[in-house]
Amino acid sequence: MNLVVVDAGMGNLRSVERALEEAARRVSQSVKLTRSGDPNVVRAADVVVFPGQGAFRDCARALDGGLREAITGSIAAGKPYLGLCLGLQALFATSEEAGESCRGLAIYGGTVRKLEGAPGVKIPHMGWNTVEPERRGGLLGDSAEHYYFVHSFVVVPSDPSLAAGTTEHGSRFVSAVERDNVFATQFHPEKSQSAGLSLLGRFLERA
Amino acid sequence: MLKKRVIPCLDVRDGRVVKGVAFEGLVDAGDPVECAARYDAQGADEITFLDITASHERRGAILSVVAMTAEQIFTPLTVGGGIRDERDVKALLDAGADKVSINTSAVVDPALVERCAGAWGSQAIVVAIDARRSATGWEVFIHGGRTPTGKDAVSWAGEVARLGAGEILLTSMDRDGTRAGYDLDLLRAVTSAVGVPVIASGGVGTLDHICDGLRAGADAALAASIFHSGQHTIGEVKELLALKGIAARPIAEAR
Repeated sequence: MNLVVVDAGMGNLRSVERALEEAARRVSQSVKLTRSGDPNVVRAADVVVFPGQGAFRDCARALDGGLREAITGSIAAGKPYLGLCLGLQALFATSEEAGESCRGLAIYGGTVRKLEGAPGVKIPHMGWNTVEPERRGGLLGDSAEHYYFVHSFVVVPSDPSLAAGTTEHGSRFVSAVERDNVFATQFHPEKSQSAGLSLLGRFLERA
Repeated sequence: MLKKRVIPCLDVRDGRVVKGVAFEGLVDAGDPVECAARYDAQGADEITFLDITASHERRGAILSVVAMTAEQIFTPLTVGGGIRDERDVKALLDAGADKVSINTSAVVDPALVERCAGAWGSQAIVVAIDARRSATGWEVFIHGGRTPTGKDAVSWAGEVARLGAGEILLTSMDRDGTRAGYDLDLLRAVTSAVGVPVIASGGVGTLDHICDGLRAGADAALAASIFHSGQHTIGEVKELLALKGIAARPIAEAR
């Protein structure tokens, strides 16, 4: 399958590519990886992976040059989509982090808000935390698993049934969404050792 | 809930791991990529490289070490040492570092922290603070501990957090290399003053020291010699943490 790692200039993508290659090797999937920010390349791919770190504002800006339409078109066509970190937040229309004029992909209703700090609750949420599956039979599997997080903002879907996994940090937040061909995580499977590679492998097997 | 992290630190000079006490009698301790892979296999929660290459012109060595490491392991990697400006930060992040740790340059040019956090996000920017006990508290030192700054470590920690540092790597110079345990008073003072995660560093000689540091409020425990010497594995730390009821990621889940 042809897989595109969307390059929206949002940080280093090499680790994502390496993790996808390794995950594909482990599940014996033949995957042709391309890294591109070209809407035409994104449109032509069978599978879209959208990773990203940093600010929603920059992400929204990067989507403005035609990538927004390319990615939403692929999702609407039923192609598998994997969002990582900002690639999860981008599924929603707006973020508290940026103004209303900064638009994400707006696939789902809801918003992106800042995690609240408290004594003993440090922001950024950085390190390994447990993801509890919210339903059986999803990509996350049926039991809780540790993954690596590093972020300060979380998604708040209007439709609670979008939540595939949740995590506790001060309060419980949605750490993964899954619906039809879309799967996205707030955590970083590419930095989560064997747990992350297994998850990426399951995504590729289903893709 | 968020788990406490155990982070092995590798001192790297001219592309090789070196070990020694307080910069005296440094000896070659192997290939950093192999060492990082070994800690990764043991279940390290993150890995830190501290580049102690003396010459800025030879920074290419650490960049290739980072690139080769990032090809092989799927664990967060932090790189510090000798970072002067945005170009150095960008080069390390592009090579595959997940976070960079800025020390002297943050003191010399505090706005650098703000600019880097703006460009790459707070999550990628760690500020390292080398602190030594003074008559009134702890003083910040720079240039590898050679230059006093007159800055109070606790208020400096607060300032860099405001400037956008996503994490603080706090080293006690009094304890570094002594194997007498972290400076717990320093840890308590800084962790209660800032809202960002704090990594304890300097002084670990036994596994109990790691537990003490995490109990004193550190979010992560960094150690070097007890791991390099083969004295202990990351797995042994995790076992002890579990025994003591300190929430850490169990080792069985590591690769």
